[in-house]
Amino acid sequence: MVFWQILIDGFAISSLYALGATGFALIFGVSGVLNLSHGALMVAAVVAAWAAGNDLHAGPYWGAALGIAVGFALSLVTYFAIVRPLQRTRKIREEEKEIFILTATLLWGIMIQQMIAYLYTDNAKTVAPIVQGVVSLAGVRTPTNEFFTAVVCWLAIAVLWLLVNRTRAGKAVLAASMNPLGITLLGVELSRVYIAVWAIYGVLVGVAGVLLGMFLGISSYSAGPLTASAFSIVVLGGLGSVPGALIAAYVVGYLETITAYLVSPAYRTIPALLLLIAVMYVRPRGLLGRR
Amino acid sequence: MRTISTTRILLIALAIVVAAAFLPLWVTGYVLGLLIMAYYSGVFAMAWDLLFGFAGEVNFGPTFLIGTGAYTAGILDNLYQPPIWLCIAAGTLAAVLGGVVLALPALRVRGPYFGLTTLVAVLMLQNFIVVDAHLTGGENGLTVPDVISISDTVNYEIALWFMAASGAILFLLSRSPVGLILQASGQDAVQAGALGFNVTKHKLTAFIISAFFSGLAGALLVFYVGSASASSIVDITVGVQIIIAAVLGGRRTILGAVLGAVFLVVMSEALRPLGDLSNFVVFAMALVVVLLFPNGFFGLLTRSKEDA
Repeated sequence: MVFWQILIDGFAISSLYALGATGFALIFGVSGVLNLSHGALMVAAVVAAWAAGNDLHAGPYWGAALGIAVGFALSLVTYFAIVRPLQRTRKIREEEKEIFILTATLLWGIMIQQMIAYLYTDNAKTVAPIVQGVVSLAGVRTPTNEFFTAVVCWLAIAVLWLLVNRTRAGKAVLAASMNPLGITLLGVELSRVYIAVWAIYGVLVGVAGVLLGMFLGISSYSAGPLTASAFSIVVLGGLGSVPGALIAAYVVGYLETITAYLVSPAYRTIPALLLLIAVMYVRPRGLLGRR
Repeated sequence: MRTISTTRILLIALAIVVAAAFLPLWVTGYVLGLLIMAYYSGVFAMAWDLLFGFAGEVNFGPTFLIGTGAYTAGILDNLYQPPIWLCIAAGTLAAVLGGVVLALPALRVRGPYFGLTTLVAVLMLQNFIVVDAHLTGGENGLTVPDVISISDTVNYEIALWFMAASGAILFLLSRSPVGLILQASGQDAVQAGALGFNVTKHKLTAFIISAFFSGLAGALLVFYVGSASASSIVDITVGVQIIIAAVLGGRRTILGAVLGAVFLVVMSEALRPLGDLSNFVVFAMALVVVLLFPNGFFGLLTRSKEDA
């Protein structure tokens, strides 16, 4: 009984983690940017979807669409207003740019968070799920929405895989993650690749955010923990490795679910953090890391 | 940026501190309270700048060290009521041990990986505080029975001179040969090692010194405020404020960090009429400074002197 419960719940939450962390890993793999406003972007998508249903009385599909649109738009703003100016400036030494991008995206994330709290208070918000109802499976009653979440997450990941491996633009992205200098020598505009990656990332963040909002109540306080969980999943999997991030998402998702069910919800995040520390001591580049 | 001599900067800073020491004659207790918080966060930011600006270690967890110091001192006082100086000493010692623990991964992993370890350290401490509520007071916070003094003026002078002393020590250290070696190991550890410097030893020293001042300031802060809570001294947003103060003031300047900390406190006070939006504006201004003036206030000051 509990076993099936853990299996099903863990699968749904892990799929969400996987989708959220994939975008994060993609950005790092291609442009070397750790986007610490990640969680805030997800929260913004949730709140947009919630506000569409609550204030504009839009249906769940329109709400989801608005949420994804907000994630997409904010992701491009993050790139054009914050990341790109820092990457191009000459005032900062090259080796210090990393910390500046970290600080700036962190500040940007907090700004989004504060603005959301100001406009819509910091109460937790739940987005009306697209699929209603409950399914009984192996004696466990599970909201249909959990299955829907897992399916959509995997569809989105599959589409991303096809995009990266089967299209010309996607192959350019893949090549840029392997060797940025090489691809500029082949005549591909690197800044276009970056824009494409941030656009893809925006859609992924929007989808992951909206699904998360249907699954759990999300408030502006969730931004920090969401960034931290994406960060730790990506480090666990190996920075920049998307398959690694997928595996790590399942490890972390199940570890958290098992702890929450068998020990206590208060200890939920602790084993995953301990695992992370252990992995970093034994194998600092993560499970499938390249460097 | 080494345009002004060390002695000149120290003399100017001393003049400002002496002037600030007379502030209690003119301003109200409320303003003093704000400045006390600004001075303590100034020390936090200076200690952070030593690690980041000089040793090149991105520490997202300054609050791990501060929290360790503050909570050790507070819990000790709660349990046994020893003299306050003993609590503060114990807190500082615990923070130094915490600094060594934090330094161990730094000697193995670099850059973002180390940044994450420090973030994890903060999350672990926060979890510990919530789970061990019978010791730490959990989410309600920890209340200590003793305070150093109830007089605003005494507390203010303690904070001011503590900040001045820490600042002087950290600043002199940063301009000493040790500071240069730290800077070299931060920029290129391999080459610094090839030149015969013991990178590991120097980095460990930087962590211990940073932890010493963070923990001492954290413990003093507990006995000024009379309480400690995870959201006010350990939470990641507190750490972010410290990092922002250091970057705003100008990294690798040590003293700039105090400017940044005072600026943050003054700004959030001046923008109070904006209500919930005030934090937004403060962070937006910080972002503009990061984007447009990456050298911070201190960078602007030294440059304008250079032009003159």
